[in-house]
Amino acid sequence: MIKFTTTLGTLLLMAASSTFADGHKVKVGMITTLSGGGSGLGIDVRDGFMLAVKGNKNISVITKDDQRKPDIAVQLADKMIQSDKVDVLTGIIWSNLAMAVVPATVNQGKFYLSPNAGPSKLAGKGCHKNYFNVAWQNDNLHEAAGGYANSVGFKNSFILAPNYPAGKDALTGYKRFFKGKLAGEIYTKLGQKDYAAEIAQIRASGADSIFFFLPGGMGIGFMKQFSQSGIKLPVVGPAFSFDQGILKAVGDAALGVKNTSQWSKDIDNAANKEFVTNFKSEYGRLPSLYASQGYDTGKLLISAMSKAKIQDMDKFRDALRSADFSSTRGKFSFDTNHHPIQDIYVREVIKEGKTLTNKIVSVGLKDHSNAYVSDCKM
Amino acid sequence: MTFILFFEQLLNGIQFGTMLFLMSAGLTLIFGVMGLINLAHGSFYMIGAFSAALIAALTDSFWLALLASLAGAAIAGVLIEIIIIRRLYRRDHLDQVLATFALILLLSEGVRWCFGAFPLYLNIPNILNGTVPIFDNIIYSKYRLFIIFMGFLIALGLYFLITKTSLGIRIRAGQNDRQMISALGVDISKLYTIVFAIGASLAGLAGAMIGAIQSVEVGMGEPILILAFVVIVIGGIGSIKGALVGSILVGVTDTIGRIFLPELLKVFMEPSNATSVGSSIGSMLIYILMALILIIKPSGLFGKSKHDY
Amino acid sequence: MIIEKFFNKWIMVFLILIPTCGVIFDEPYFITLATKVVILGIAGIGLNLALGYCGLISLGHAAFFGIGGYITGILSFHALNDEVLFSWPIAVSGSSEMLIIWPIAILVSALFSFIIGLLSLRTSGVYFIMITLAFAQMLYFFSISWPNYGGEDGLSIYMRNSFPMLNTMDPISFYIISLFWLLFSIFISLRLINSPFGMSFQAIKQNEERVKSVGIETFKVKLLVFVISGTITGLAGSLYTDLNRFVSPTVLDWHTSGEIMVFVILGGMARLYGPLVGAAFFIALEQTLGSYTENWQFWLGLILILVILFARSGILGLFDKKLKYEK
Repeated sequence: MIKFTTTLGTLLLMAASSTFADGHKVKVGMITTLSGGGSGLGIDVRDGFMLAVKGNKNISVITKDDQRKPDIAVQLADKMIQSDKVDVLTGIIWSNLAMAVVPATVNQGKFYLSPNAGPSKLAGKGCHKNYFNVAWQNDNLHEAAGGYANSVGFKNSFILAPNYPAGKDALTGYKRFFKGKLAGEIYTKLGQKDYAAEIAQIRASGADSIFFFLPGGMGIGFMKQFSQSGIKLPVVGPAFSFDQGILKAVGDAALGVKNTSQWSKDIDNAANKEFVTNFKSEYGRLPSLYASQGYDTGKLLISAMSKAKIQDMDKFRDALRSADFSSTRGKFSFDTNHHPIQDIYVREVIKEGKTLTNKIVSVGLKDHSNAYVSDCKM
Repeated sequence: MTFILFFEQLLNGIQFGTMLFLMSAGLTLIFGVMGLINLAHGSFYMIGAFSAALIAALTDSFWLALLASLAGAAIAGVLIEIIIIRRLYRRDHLDQVLATFALILLLSEGVRWCFGAFPLYLNIPNILNGTVPIFDNIIYSKYRLFIIFMGFLIALGLYFLITKTSLGIRIRAGQNDRQMISALGVDISKLYTIVFAIGASLAGLAGAMIGAIQSVEVGMGEPILILAFVVIVIGGIGSIKGALVGSILVGVTDTIGRIFLPELLKVFMEPSNATSVGSSIGSMLIYILMALILIIKPSGLFGKSKHDY
Repeated sequence: MIIEKFFNKWIMVFLILIPTCGVIFDEPYFITLATKVVILGIAGIGLNLALGYCGLISLGHAAFFGIGGYITGILSFHALNDEVLFSWPIAVSGSSEMLIIWPIAILVSALFSFIIGLLSLRTSGVYFIMITLAFAQMLYFFSISWPNYGGEDGLSIYMRNSFPMLNTMDPISFYIISLFWLLFSIFISLRLINSPFGMSFQAIKQNEERVKSVGIETFKVKLLVFVISGTITGLAGSLYTDLNRFVSPTVLDWHTSGEIMVFVILGGMARLYGPLVGAAFFIALEQTLGSYTENWQFWLGLILILVILFARSGILGLFDKKLKYEK
């Protein structure tokens, strides 16, 4: 009986899909964090993406909240692939969720376009022909921070990050490019908000600079407490603790801090200007780098759709790989492991009137790819 | 590893402990008087911080913001006590755990609904910014000294309230024998509301003070709630003295442990492994401490040993 | 009681009906959801033994759920990468056979429940709630910071482990496997509750002193219940890893303990099918509320509070008139 109904169902479905099939239509499943802690990032990625595909009748998007839980994210991916029959999945913010969802997606023969997370495993051995990262490989911004530290002559850095894989990747990334010595290396507890003990160690260490990777609320706490401690050492970090959503909460403590990012709202090109203006008028706030990543993901998808039908996976994949779209970051292409080759900038936190924001001060690393290209056998 | 660093870390531990005390004092008081396990206590910490951030943004005054945190959390406490909590006093612990667990979901999401998903801004006043020298060459954050000072002030205040005022007499009576005080004609439901509001406002104050140096965001109360529970269990549930001792013990253990454990392990193993393993064990340390204390003294350091809650 | 029994029959009908509908309407996600309900139901049934029948309020069952999950993940991870698990004293390799993984997951969960139970049961009341929470937190932080198995990133095993003659990636087959374990755990619970041993642990919930005075060593009885309870929850954890092909520290989070407890209470404590109904209700709420509003947790919280305040004996209790009159 079951077998009979399955066959019947399949037949019906085939009939339905052949009648309504339109090769240029693409169904996108967006799984991102919309509730609870860290939902600001997911909301930005979603808004950026929706802005990019706004008015495009050939793209339909289903959005679901993963609650920042990997098990929920996998179940949503299964639902979208099995029941909603999406063609492309995107939206995941966190590396640990990506590690769960990306393999599940590509193994079921769907494309995954990552607008944020780029864990090293998925860039190296675990790479896949249907997986594209439109943001960065996780180490990129930290590597640029290391490069920046060399260029301004830091000799003795104190480095800290939370004790979890992305934190370890961050410190590894910094050390990969930084040529000086380390005054200290600390792994803090994930979610820790009080850094009195670490700041005391920094004070005692004799360092000449500090590199930190503490995303979200952790970074807010660290920056505030550090600026109150009266230690006058230069601080450098990736953009995550200084993006538009968080700066307001850090306040003036962030002023003057150098941070590395592949995007900034003052990058001078037409696509970026259009994006910043439209984002502001659509949502009434300044875009963050997450929003720009969501936007670029949308634009990449549209560019591929104009070249190939999604049913023809090989052609569509080639279209994605050519990255033939005008990115908000300017020059943008994919390396052989489907991760970006792009410039990484050094930005400084400044005040525009009353609003804290970033401006570019230099290019940290030019045409930067990632360290895992040779591990990837596609 | 110098003595100066050790001393500074000790102060950090004490400062962390005094914050934990503000949280756990209310928690243990509420348990002692009403017999209620309140998992939603962390939500008042959050509500206090958000009230403070709101008022600070409107008036630009940190001190008004601190008052707002007390008031905001107290008002929320009174409302929630009257609408929901009051119905839980006669229930068993299980119902209390679940209802207050549900309250966490409700309050966290409610606050996010009102204030949005991004963290809010709250900063310390200029007068407390920077450091002061204590002894010869030890310098320490003014604001953290202020926190320690406030913590001990409140500990003293609570001691005075409980031993010297008529409210305190009723509270102590309530802790000892709930039937008796209603027999004495004390308006018990009013007393309960007051005690709950005191607990909530202490948590709110802690939230605002810590929010100013960390971040004001949804869900900020949960990690500290669990620590506060660890504290009152170590100290003995219902005992304010236990909460004080437990807070300092947990604060110091956590701070000293997570810094010195990796250093200690470097003697035995290579540095990068030592950092990794040390941090792993460091983050488990207070739970290990709690398990050890409970195994030796099943009702905490100052708990009533024969009394089965 | 009669109405509850009648209702229980309908639950069984539903358990078969829902996936059939999933197949007919080509909604495989229905089956996946039903599988999730069944697995979380098993976890709840485990907790219900300790919580509902013996009065041991454990806020740390996430520990067992997580251990079962991690054992499955680790074994299968080693099989996938073809590495030995450990080489001393005897070389042991990983496995991706459910028939090998299950017994190991069961044994390890039992071992951990024994150790945690042995230490925790020295306390009672609130202290017991908190010490079980503390043990779960310990494992949670350990799993986050232990790098070998992915730490916070968790462990992806890409494919479900295999079972002879079945394609486990097929939603229906995996549903049937889970359903088997559900029926098995219900059967075990039923036998336990009606045995003399069951009488003694239910009596402990009513009045431990009296049970002691009859000469029963209540500590041993409680420990045994706790171990069985933790083991069943651990088995559910093992299935949950296979359902998601993934395991991460989230399963050890204290929210997981809270949710398993919510299943038990929602459905009705000390009722065989209670946790299953609770899990179904919880997941249905999550799915429907979640599709209407981003703030669904607010409404979930509100509904839970209402249930606890006004429907004390849970959903099944609403169908059970006899008990209503008693209370």
